[in-house]
Amino acid sequence: MERLKDHPILDFERGEKVIFYFEGKPIEGYTNETIAAALHAAGIKVFSYSPKKKRPRGFFCAVGKCSSCLMVVDGRPNVRTCMEYVRPGIHVRRQRGLEKLKGTEE
Amino acid sequence: MSEKMEVQLAVVGGGPAGLAAALTASRLGIGVLLIDENKELGGQLIKQTHKFFGSHRHMASVRGIEIANRLKNDIKGDPNITVFIDTTAVGYYENGELLLYQKSPEEKLVSCFPKAVIFATGARENMLAFPGTDLPGVYGAGAVQTLMNVYGVLPARKILMVGSGNIGLIVSYQLLQAGTEVAAIVEILPRIGGYIVHASKVRRYGVPILTRHTIIEARGKEWVEEAVIARVGEDFKPVKGTERVLEVDAVCLAVGLSPIVELVRHAGVYTPYISELGGLVPWHDDDMRTNLPNVFVAGDLAGIEEATTAMLEGELAALSAAEYFEIKSDEIDGMRRDRKARLEELRASRFSEKVKKGLQKLVAKKPK
Ligand SMILES: Cc1cc2nc3c(=O)[nH]c(=O)nc-3n(C[C@H](O)[C@H](O)[C@H](O)COP(=O)(O)OP(=O)(O)OC[C@H]3O[C@@H](n4cnc5c(N)ncnc54)[C@H](O)[C@@H]3O)c2cc1C
Ligand code: FES
Repeated sequence: MERLKDHPILDFERGEKVIFYFEGKPIEGYTNETIAAALHAAGIKVFSYSPKKKRPRGFFCAVGKCSSCLMVVDGRPNVRTCMEYVRPGIHVRRQRGLEKLKGTEE
Repeated sequence: MSEKMEVQLAVVGGGPAGLAAALTASRLGIGVLLIDENKELGGQLIKQTHKFFGSHRHMASVRGIEIANRLKNDIKGDPNITVFIDTTAVGYYENGELLLYQKSPEEKLVSCFPKAVIFATGARENMLAFPGTDLPGVYGAGAVQTLMNVYGVLPARKILMVGSGNIGLIVSYQLLQAGTEVAAIVEILPRIGGYIVHASKVRRYGVPILTRHTIIEARGKEWVEEAVIARVGEDFKPVKGTERVLEVDAVCLAVGLSPIVELVRHAGVYTPYISELGGLVPWHDDDMRTNLPNVFVAGDLAGIEEATTAMLEGELAALSAAEYFEIKSDEIDGMRRDRKARLEELRASRFSEKVKKGLQKLVAKKPK
């Protein structure tokens, strides 16, 4: 999906253009965008697979209230990507079910 | 582990209700800590590009984003208000501890024991269950608004809107403005829920508003590719043979909001179920006092309504907090009368019948 250029009412302050990684591939994003918004702009809709039936999941509320957008960011699972902003160089990947919390590995 | 902090009044939530509460409390000499989870104050207002609904004498025909900017400017210059953005209130315990998780500038937990708290955490969007409800591409109306109006990203190419209340109508119009096609708006009731001005705007674009219709399925392999709609009978069940398949890449749900009550429940605020107010709501009187002497509520949390009423409720909550701190003046009494009169005026329209009925039920549920 594209980013809007001309809007009849709004101007967007997107911030700085940076590169981050989705499943190892470089993606363009802006520092005033959440990870979810940047992924959506890049055409990526599947953010995770559900724990039992492995069904694809994307974001739903985009305001931090539903946990539908959880992904693994820099090795940390359960990050609400609709609340977390893009930072240069971060590694984002799809979460597969309930992943181990950092620091709880044997 | 966590940092400690002295706070007189904490205001949780920086939407119109919380902002109005913080400003009023500060004017009465109360020290305020204002907390919001987002990086920007304003709550729902920062997405409202439309001019506000008629019916009121103050903010009518001002855009929501402009109201937010005015309030935010006032907050910025206020020496009595400390603002924590990018900070989530994660717990409010019986011993009075309010626990905050701060994400920036440095990730940490902050613990405080505010002498009083005003909760103005707003509402969350309702989900609707149908096969395919969990597919990527089924979005809440707020999500669609956030994506296009806050981040400037097109939510979809072609969308089905479910719900014809003001939110469904306004978001449809905003989608059209942004360049998304709206295949249809379906409404299960026999008539359009929102204001006619908003309905006419989308109709002018040629978008059909199908009353007595609902979504019965969203289909697609990895995300939404089709939506199936159908007419419903008197029993609100889909009528066989009336199914229609729409080729869309998103379904937007605008089927109501529910108050975010988790935090107030934590501390023991009584939350009866009142469907007219959006579900579980904190019990409160018309001064926005709850059953706990030092806890107050305002805005959508106290019953789903509007930004205009949210601001008045925020002010009333601050006046009640002042009373709790034993701050008294004729000015306060005058303000209280004035804000209540204005609330009554706003709720005089036909569209407020439901809220008024809900508030009456709330009175009847007063805890002993
Ligand atoms: C599409 C649409 C159109 C609308 N149009 C109008 C209109 O024309 N006129 C009108 O009067 N009203 C309108 N409204 C309604 C209005 O936006 C809401 O009623 C109003 O914003 C409610 O204010 P609030 O302060 O209670 O909640 P919100 O604005 O939702 O603010 C709550 C804030 O609390 C924060 N928060 C929640 N939990 C926590 C926590 N644990 N820790 C920290 N922060 C937290 C949230 O991040 C949020 O910023 C519209 C709403 C929508 C969705
Ligand atoms: S989409 Fe709901 S929490 Fe992120």
